[in-house]
Amino acid sequence: MNALAHITAQQLGQQMLIGLINGAFYALLSLGLAVIFGMLSIVNFAHGAFFMVGAFCAVFMLKTLGLGYWWALVLAPLAVGLLGAVTERVFIRHIAGLDVLYGLLLTFGLALVLQGVFQSQFGSSAMSYPIPAALQGPVNLGFMILPIYRVWVVVFSAIVCLLVWLAIERTKIGALLRAATENPALVRAFGVDVPRMITLTYAFGVALAALAGVLAAPILGVQPQMGANIIVVVFAVVVVGGMGSILGSVITGFTLGLLEGLTKVFYPEASNIVVFVIMAVVLIVKPTGLFGRAA
Amino acid sequence: MLDMTRGQTPGPSHLQVSALQAWYGESHILHGVDFDVGPGELVTLLGRNGAGKTTTLKAIMGMVRKRAGSVKVLGAETISMPPERIARLGVALCPEERGIFASLSVKENLFLPPVIAPGKGLAIERILTLFPNLAERMGSGGSKLSGGEQQMLAIARILRTGARFLMLDEPSEGLAPVIIQQIGATIRELKKEGFTILMVEQNFRFAASIADRFLVMEHGRIIDGFAAADLEANMDKLHDYLGV
Repeated sequence: MNALAHITAQQLGQQMLIGLINGAFYALLSLGLAVIFGMLSIVNFAHGAFFMVGAFCAVFMLKTLGLGYWWALVLAPLAVGLLGAVTERVFIRHIAGLDVLYGLLLTFGLALVLQGVFQSQFGSSAMSYPIPAALQGPVNLGFMILPIYRVWVVVFSAIVCLLVWLAIERTKIGALLRAATENPALVRAFGVDVPRMITLTYAFGVALAALAGVLAAPILGVQPQMGANIIVVVFAVVVVGGMGSILGSVITGFTLGLLEGLTKVFYPEASNIVVFVIMAVVLIVKPTGLFGRAA
Repeated sequence: MLDMTRGQTPGPSHLQVSALQAWYGESHILHGVDFDVGPGELVTLLGRNGAGKTTTLKAIMGMVRKRAGSVKVLGAETISMPPERIARLGVALCPEERGIFASLSVKENLFLPPVIAPGKGLAIERILTLFPNLAERMGSGGSKLSGGEQQMLAIARILRTGARFLMLDEPSEGLAPVIIQQIGATIRELKKEGFTILMVEQNFRFAASIADRFLVMEHGRIIDGFAAADLEANMDKLHDYLGV
């Protein structure tokens, strides 16, 4: 108890922010996974690799094209989305309708290939990526001082998640997506090009991963393993939230990030495993996840 | 004698099916189906369970894994087309299980199928006069509807798109008599509007009250056909076919 008394509001706030930042990455990544799983029934193990490629895109744009952070925020998701579309057409399409295990193996293989390629090209040490000038420095919230960039990551990610959720729940395209998730054969029979929708959905999902990668670049550093490190936690998040639940993935992402951050304050030894402990408990109590529907 | 598997209305056939074969996975369901539907006709497929009626509708729509033979919609060969292209020729299916999307509201369900021929579909006001119940349920979730309302929604949403050839798979199935009457009256209205309709129906009395022509299926083939006017004369035969 003595140790707890020394925890200041500043420390607590900082750990919570760090937790929320991780939560933002978890949310963006598991949101993409949920969108992809809903439509393709693919557990996209390549998601972490696309996150990593997104971050490398940002580095590449800066070093060879002289395009900074703001450009990367737009162009890296587009480029990775395109890569995702090609991946869906060339690889994933062929295992549609097979057992979910095939998709898992295929995307896991793709992840290893992508990681291997980047490893052999760039080595495994982390490259730094600068925080854009506009987001440098601290912001004083009155009760605590925080780095602007980190606040930006949390707020921007939350807005992106909210917009994606609104697009899926409240728009015509979202309705088509939900319908095609439920009964793709019938939606095709209405004259909708569902195979193209599937390609675009996959592209969109991995574009979200790339966006998270760009956001993470200045914080985590850019190296080929960065996706593999985070994706393990993200899959735990997805399991807790419930596979395929859009809102569930977002809420769970932020919440677990926050819990992880708080654990670092109160019992640092457990901070690396708290997410997995929660996952185990949820699996025992509610195997479909907190927000999941029964399969 | 007239060949009753052929369209009986003047003008080129709206649908021409010849030697159509279809497979579900490994099982061969349709073994050469031949019939036409003339413009504005209402044709009903009869037959025992497993005769291939639903598969015929799905095969016309391109919704089976493998099919062979010929299916022409307004003269265009569709046998190698994917479902979305066949739909865009003006074919719409109301499936047996209704296919109402549970994660969509009634309104979203109604407006989901894209318009494929602008100006040719029914106006939404007209649709809601045909199905007044739906107007009151627009905000409800798709899964909250009664069986009758689901059937109405499943028909209503394909009237908007401009498809002029409708395939209705057992529209009366599982519904209360008063609802069946209402659906029957609506289908008669649609016929008056000039829709061409191919229907699968187990409820023979219901089908008899609205169809122009009947086709009988057995073991994945059309084995007989007769006009509604000749129904009485064919009742004995029909009892044999259907085992009722």
